[in-house]
Amino acid sequence: MSGFLVKQPGLLTLIQDAGRYGQHRIGLTTGGPLDGEAFKWANRLCGNELDATGLEVSIGGLVLEAQVDTALAVTGADMPFKINGQDVARWCTHKVNAGDKIELGFATSGSRAYLTVAGGFNVDQSFSSTATVTREAVGGLSGDKLKQGDLLPCQAHRPTALWALPESEQPDYNSDVTLRVILGYQHQTFDSVQQRLFFSSEYALSSRADRMGFRLEGQPVKSQLNGILSEGICHGAIQIPADGQPIVLLNDRQTIGGYPKIGSVISRDTAQLSQRMPGAKIRFEEISLEKAHNINCLAQRRFINTSLQQIA
Amino acid sequence: MNVEIAGENSLIIYFGETTDPLVSAQVQQAAARLEIVMADTLIDMVPSYASLLVIYDQHKTDHYAVRRHIRETLAQLGHAEQQAGQVVTLPVYYSAESGPDLETLAENAKLTVAEVIKIHSEMEYRVYAIGFAPGFAYLGEVDPRIAAARLSTPRLKVPRGAVAIADRQTAVYPAVSPGGWNLIGLCPTRMFNPEADPTMPVQVGDRVRFSPIERAEFLALGGEL
Repeated sequence: MSGFLVKQPGLLTLIQDAGRYGQHRIGLTTGGPLDGEAFKWANRLCGNELDATGLEVSIGGLVLEAQVDTALAVTGADMPFKINGQDVARWCTHKVNAGDKIELGFATSGSRAYLTVAGGFNVDQSFSSTATVTREAVGGLSGDKLKQGDLLPCQAHRPTALWALPESEQPDYNSDVTLRVILGYQHQTFDSVQQRLFFSSEYALSSRADRMGFRLEGQPVKSQLNGILSEGICHGAIQIPADGQPIVLLNDRQTIGGYPKIGSVISRDTAQLSQRMPGAKIRFEEISLEKAHNINCLAQRRFINTSLQQIA
Repeated sequence: MNVEIAGENSLIIYFGETTDPLVSAQVQQAAARLEIVMADTLIDMVPSYASLLVIYDQHKTDHYAVRRHIRETLAQLGHAEQQAGQVVTLPVYYSAESGPDLETLAENAKLTVAEVIKIHSEMEYRVYAIGFAPGFAYLGEVDPRIAAARLSTPRLKVPRGAVAIADRQTAVYPAVSPGGWNLIGLCPTRMFNPEADPTMPVQVGDRVRFSPIERAEFLALGGEL
């Protein structure tokens, strides 16, 4: 099997598909791309199924060598992207030939890029997914991040056309973020003053932010409860530990936990959050479950209705 | 019973507020029924002590339909059979060598080490939840005489198979990990083996018994010291 050789793995590059589902009952978390939007675009640009296996490159520093002729695309964070030393554009498909060197430098805007190849990488599934969760040592090539010398297997592929996402559809990762929150879980144990403080304060993303969860710093909020009987935690749940500083729980979260939660951030907004660097300004806005559903349905329509531009 | 919103595609059902075998049995029953009723609109579920998190596909269904399924399922729940689930016996080598906190725990409890072992291994425990790490089963409840608070400084490395107590819960560490529970022995049975089928010897709702074994038997069963 040939594919792409890892010359430099970068700081944290993980093999990911859309995530691992149906395995919470044995304690396995979801994994999958933190920015599911950018990941889907990368696969669509390569003509793949939207859950095909690609790479999540955090911060940058990845160097690959192609061993096959194929096509690839990079979306997400702005990392200087070069093929054989030439700067090339993100958010579009490129032909690559065996021997080509593919480089992703360090992010200047955003923090996670997604690299996909035509047909996806051929990685064996573990527990019905290829998503890498290093804490669980599950998924990817060996349950770990990429290492120098790894081979990312894929088929040779002759692209019939190359595509680009119109610039108007490409996201901006520099703006301040407002996370839309559906009240839930123990929200009633946060009294009205605490809820008003939470929704009217500005928080900063702390440096304690990883694939399990992002800690924010700012106005503390208090629940009337210190702890609860451990219960299931969904994606985006906002946990408030004793210090009152919110933690937004993400893809690699533990499946159960015992801290009170005020509600959950919708996944479109956790995608934006995951592209921010420590220090970024964050606010929360309350929305209803119906509105969240509308936002997600409209986003899905827009994704389907957006036409890619043919560039070759 | 109470249904709350959890997130954009999940609801959480609360069956009670305490650790109770009957409540836990209801959680199990509801999970089994909802899995059938919801079919492919269900993405995942997390059963825990007294709650069930239901994650659904928001592009195939909506929270009104899921709430209806939950309402109908809960209305049909019979008297939950507390004794359902299999009984699994796990061998344990209890000793100071395999359980570095065993002697301290006994001292604090004003018991002998032999009494602690007897009390821990005489009880039948229920698997209330699985989480924290793959294969980590929360078992309860231990006899109040041997309940022990978590260590003030968690260990950076707890060995695989460590049998531990925290408050009135007990568990077997499925893999090497950091941990703050009191270690009283080692179990040679793998609690999580990705290559095995089933991956875990227990599931939520099962009952677990610990059976004391000697050092030689522990090693013969593949245990490592």
